[in-house]
Amino acid sequence: MSTLTIHKTRKAVTSSRGLISDFERRKPGIRVSVAGVNVLLFLFLMLACLGPMYLLVKSAVTPTQDTLRAPLSFFPNGAAWDNLDQAWNHVQVSRYFLNTIVLAVGSWFFQLLVATTGGYVLSVLRPKYAGVLNALVVCTLFVPSVVLLVPLYLTVLNPPLLGTSLLNSVWAIWLPAGASAFNVVLVTRFFDSLPREVFEAAKVDGAGPFSLFWRVVLPMSKPILGVVSVFAFIASWKDFLWPMLVLKNPEVQPLSVRLPAIQAQTDLGVFLAALAISTAVPVVFFLVFQKFFLSGAGMSGAVKG
Amino acid sequence: MIATASDTSEPRSAAEGSPDRSTGAQSGGPTPRGSTRAGADHGGVRSGSAERGRVRARSTRRGAKLAAGSRSKATSSRGGSGLTRWVQRGGLTTVVFALPLIIIFGVFSWYPIVRSFVMAFQKTNLVTTKWVGWENFAWVLTDPDLPKALMNTGYFLLLALLIGFPIPLIGAVLMSEVKKMKGLFTILAYLPVVIPPVVSVLLWKFFYDGRPEGVFNTLLGYIGLGPFPWLNDKHWAMPSLVLEATWAGAGATVIIYLAALISVPAELYEAAELDGAGIWKKIWHVTLPQLRGVLFITFILQIISTAQVFLEPYLFTGGGPNKATLTILLMIYNYAFGASLGSDYGSATALSVMLAIVLAIFSLIYFRLTKSWSKS
Repeated sequence: MSTLTIHKTRKAVTSSRGLISDFERRKPGIRVSVAGVNVLLFLFLMLACLGPMYLLVKSAVTPTQDTLRAPLSFFPNGAAWDNLDQAWNHVQVSRYFLNTIVLAVGSWFFQLLVATTGGYVLSVLRPKYAGVLNALVVCTLFVPSVVLLVPLYLTVLNPPLLGTSLLNSVWAIWLPAGASAFNVVLVTRFFDSLPREVFEAAKVDGAGPFSLFWRVVLPMSKPILGVVSVFAFIASWKDFLWPMLVLKNPEVQPLSVRLPAIQAQTDLGVFLAALAISTAVPVVFFLVFQKFFLSGAGMSGAVKG
Repeated sequence: MIATASDTSEPRSAAEGSPDRSTGAQSGGPTPRGSTRAGADHGGVRSGSAERGRVRARSTRRGAKLAAGSRSKATSSRGGSGLTRWVQRGGLTTVVFALPLIIIFGVFSWYPIVRSFVMAFQKTNLVTTKWVGWENFAWVLTDPDLPKALMNTGYFLLLALLIGFPIPLIGAVLMSEVKKMKGLFTILAYLPVVIPPVVSVLLWKFFYDGRPEGVFNTLLGYIGLGPFPWLNDKHWAMPSLVLEATWAGAGATVIIYLAALISVPAELYEAAELDGAGIWKKIWHVTLPQLRGVLFITFILQIISTAQVFLEPYLFTGGGPNKATLTILLMIYNYAFGASLGSDYGSATALSVMLAIVLAIFSLIYFRLTKSWSKS
């Protein structure tokens, strides 16, 4: 039940006390210094975390000459909204943006497909070979992704039974993304925590394995599917090395690969506008789904394994 | 027979009671009877649940597993009918559900892992392949760049520990005592983590402009420091990389620490207060010892991720200046995909296999720790 209730328990515990007791908080000296520390912490976080973002957004709409001469001054010669237009249309950020979304959505789909069907087999259906399968999946957790780089590249270059190279095709990103042992383990553990009585009741009502999966198990698993989805999407958006290796054709490359490539021949202001555009989506995504992000981040530290 | 979970005990005992019934059942068979029964008499909850228990035992593989020992022999001796029985019981459906996992993991995980261990002992140009024994390993181990890359990776780790270890810890301890707007603090701290790493690196490259008009040099100029060469100098390059990496990663560590801080039992603080401990003493004698485990975990995670650092040196400096930021992963990349040398897949896999074995040890420690952690 641990992964299921992690969010609730954390909230419940938060309401109890922390390091500083209520008694200590009432002392004037401590109250003032705690407040002072909080303000300093807030200023530090604003400066360190929001500062670079502010500079990025500001420079994205500032004329290049101003940014080069005085990067910190606030629009000395007015704004250059044209940078955004240039980046979106002339540098073709729009196309790479679309590529990135296509790659992220496909990777998300295959990660969910493999994790949910796999988790269903390992946790609910439990055939005789489930133990072996589970061990094989968990084993890959111990293998760092470095090892896979070259052999995976050669596999994509010449995949078994297909006879055609997957290089420069979205499948080269989508399919390997599905092989995430972490997702399978996370989903299997969540399925393990679901009450078996519900499955039995559904079977009594005539549900076969497919409708049990689609109409009972999946709807009950929305929290974990949310976490996996958010992480799948963001991981795909962030990925750099693998897409750079297998997508050589600029027409299909995502932003993460294109941005370093266009840097040299792009005007600084326009380039920073391109950076700002490619940051906007994950940031908005984070602000909307922050609950999934933060619970998932805690999970990978405290519960993973 | 000791049942571990209360919900499984019922079908188990039912299966023991009527083993021959459960063998003859088809998965679809008992269902209509069960549902008409439930519809016919609403009052008989007790007898209904007993009946359902038996139905459950027939349809569940889990319940039937108990009696499977003796039965499986009988099934296999009957040959062809065993297969139909297996299909009828849903064996085929299960395989259909397992297929995505088996295919995807098989082709894109298990096969490449095995292949990398094979390729480390081969030389290939994709047309012809020949076995060369330990030659690739010998070549990599005598490469003069390897000690350099190892030293650089170690230096990166050292700097990451000096800069990247205390900041999230102090931040998390302070943040855990924030009462109002804690959510805002967390969001701010986590924000850099969601920025795509490529964007962070390219943005910081702009900040690290070595001219006096560069962003950081302007900022430091206000307090009379600099200008610093940042990425262009072999002494400054590595600290610059680590600073950016810390900025990009600290938020995730803060969240891990915050979760650990919340689970520090309040009684420990209360006991310390009864003994007359002030805030500093409580931090020293309660908070930090309680975080020992999670600190060790983040330390291991730091080692694992540092050993695989690629993005920062590749995009910031390309390994320069004068190989001052060459890392192991950059070496692997250069062996396999660096155009000037031609592709040396054998050496690349040999180096990655060696790195992987070292890292696997650390991951094992990590999983051991987190497992005992979630139990306690």
